[in-house]
Amino acid sequence: MSGTMAAALRGSLVTLVKGLSGPRWQHLASRPLSLSSSLSGAEPPPARADATFKVTMVPGDGVGPELMTAVKEVFKAGDVPVEFEEFHLSEVQNMASEEKLEQVLTSMKNNKVAIKGKIHTPMEFKGELASYEMRLRRKLDLFANVVHVNSLPGYNTRHNNLDLVIIREQTEGEYSSLEHESVSGVIECLKIITREKSRRIAKFAFDYATKKGRNKVTAVHKANIMKLGDGLFLQSCAEVAQLYPKIKYENIIIDNCCMQLVQNPYQFDVLVMPNLYGNIIDNLAAGLVGGAGVVPGESYSAEYAVFETGARHPFAQAVGRNIANPTAMLLSAANMLRHLNLEYHSQMVSDAVKRVIKQGKVRTRDLGGYCTTGDFVHAIVENLTHPPLTAKQRL
Amino acid sequence: MAGKMWRSAILNLLRQWGLSVNGKDKIKAQELSRVVGALTTETPQPRTFIRGMQTVTLIPGDGIGPEISTAVMRIFEAAKAPIQWEERNVTAIKGPGGKWMIPPDAKESMDRNKIGLKGPLKTPIAAGHPSMNLLLRKTFDLYANVRPCVSIEGYQTPYTDVNLVTIRENTEGEYSGIEHLIVDGVVQSIKLITEQASQRIAEYAFEYAKNNQRASVTAVHKANIMRMSDGLFLRKCREAAEKHKDVKFTEMYLDTVCLNMVQDPTQFDVLVMPNLYGDILSDLCAGLIGGLGVTPSGNIGANGVAIFESVHGTAPDIAGKDMANPTALLLSAVMMLRHMGLRDHAKKVETACFDTIRDKKVLTKDLGGNSKCSEFTEAICQRVRDMD
Repeated sequence: MSGTMAAALRGSLVTLVKGLSGPRWQHLASRPLSLSSSLSGAEPPPARADATFKVTMVPGDGVGPELMTAVKEVFKAGDVPVEFEEFHLSEVQNMASEEKLEQVLTSMKNNKVAIKGKIHTPMEFKGELASYEMRLRRKLDLFANVVHVNSLPGYNTRHNNLDLVIIREQTEGEYSSLEHESVSGVIECLKIITREKSRRIAKFAFDYATKKGRNKVTAVHKANIMKLGDGLFLQSCAEVAQLYPKIKYENIIIDNCCMQLVQNPYQFDVLVMPNLYGNIIDNLAAGLVGGAGVVPGESYSAEYAVFETGARHPFAQAVGRNIANPTAMLLSAANMLRHLNLEYHSQMVSDAVKRVIKQGKVRTRDLGGYCTTGDFVHAIVENLTHPPLTAKQRL
Repeated sequence: MAGKMWRSAILNLLRQWGLSVNGKDKIKAQELSRVVGALTTETPQPRTFIRGMQTVTLIPGDGIGPEISTAVMRIFEAAKAPIQWEERNVTAIKGPGGKWMIPPDAKESMDRNKIGLKGPLKTPIAAGHPSMNLLLRKTFDLYANVRPCVSIEGYQTPYTDVNLVTIRENTEGEYSGIEHLIVDGVVQSIKLITEQASQRIAEYAFEYAKNNQRASVTAVHKANIMRMSDGLFLRKCREAAEKHKDVKFTEMYLDTVCLNMVQDPTQFDVLVMPNLYGDILSDLCAGLIGGLGVTPSGNIGANGVAIFESVHGTAPDIAGKDMANPTALLLSAVMMLRHMGLRDHAKKVETACFDTIRDKKVLTKDLGGNSKCSEFTEAICQRVRDMD
């Protein structure tokens, strides 16, 4: 009964969306965490829009361009109404400049949505403390990074059926690029924590939990040592938590959190944390379900959404070897389609990826298979079905 | 002056045995004491303190501390380890000028014996009360925290064949304790990285790798983000690697280490890192092998001081009930024996402990058994005696 209701509701929503013209349509589509994401299931192919969506694409370094090729191939085969505006921004290949960054920003301002690979940061200190990756993040104010760690059905790891969400503040903290040499041989690196940004990320985490029907948020910190800095973060989280009485709130110290994650990761639901801890936990949790190649991620600001892999690594040693695993990027692309309200196509892509992995015949090396990136993408294209599977079929 | 003479006498002795320290003769006093402290060549060396009893300061600690300390003492007695215990209680007291310090008799004992074994200490919750561990760390300048994580056969975790060592810089970094509230709602915490401390820890990591037959050292850093501070740390590690070409050196980002650690921990050997990363990774690795209840830890300080400890809590809920698991403290004591060059005794106790766990007959509750702490201890003692 409720199914038909939902379908009817969606039908009217679709007509409504169809009636909108260009800019307003895009505005609507680019709301962070679109509502439709909570509704799933097949539906007739509706959103064959008159216009296609424009999305900014920054392939980045390492295997980034190869992953983007995979995305483009799958989108083409699936007839997805998305058009990419590609920008090659790279610090290591001498393809980074203020001008280039401006171009990306302008494109982002128009499109509001981007798909992005990792822009590799060279380690050597050449006078500039902030990397392009971070500058892009800051200019767009992409404060929240969301990584939904979900075990892939059919691929067994040490911990199966994992389902946890990691929300990371990514504009301040240790990544403030404020460092100086006070006297020779002594370096001070500043970690900045502000109440405003701590509250903002805490609110985001609780909103996310509410929207996605999750029931617990855990703040990760080290307030026993950094009493003021992390203390402020923790206090902000506790204050925000009081506004959401239906969601359980807990906190845990970062080192204990890491230990618990490898011993009993099932106790966690939504985790919220400052910048550096997020970097650690993102990677750790990605490792639990199969590595950097399988976990999608996304970054949000009030206006923009950037889709990327959950654990951001350029994986430079794999360049040109046709061994990279495009799963993470494809799932992220599917999330992007959902964000654009292209639910039908989103479902189609993610179904295809999950099916290929579940079948287990075609797998890349990192998942213990012998296939190349090309084989894998080909298998996904073969598995793109119109219409997408219904919830029942997917089971 | 006397110290210098003593050191040169040792140096001469070393030379007589055909050992060269660092390949050069003139070395710093500090370095020498470190090398002597951790000296472990395959052949047993006639070292001054092996001839007789060596005194070790024992800090039983709070909660379950006394029970597990007793367990360790009993097992050592059974193994006939040439160790004499000097028990000292440690509570923070306020010295002249209102500065927190540890009791003078404990400090004096540590200064004399150089080696200590310590159970868990509770930190009273009171305004301005420093953490006891922090206080000890500061008092003896314990700059390196060493935690070997080795999978224990018979104690099942999802990870097998873990065999790695985390070495953590313990005096600076994020834990420098310098923080200010700039304006309301904006806090600045300072992570301090110094050339001297980075060099010291890097050197120690390579020394440790050599002395313990470890093949490689990995520096864990985040120099792509913290380009100056972690950059300095990394540079010092590279310099140390240049000096120790026989040990393989790799460097890795912290996030990559975390990612790989949970996928395949066997690829790591010795890991060296600044304070916060070490805190996180050492606990993560402890998690891989079953938690803090089975992970030993050692703290290496300046002037040859070393304190070995169990890093779990005081477990007040089971204190005095004869239920605690002494494994972590026992393995720390084994580390201590190795550090003192008593390799045979170390091996004996360690084997007895691991065999008991593998047998699964007598285990404490947290290890999945049903036995009391004293029964578990007795089982280990029995095995030790059987070995003779």
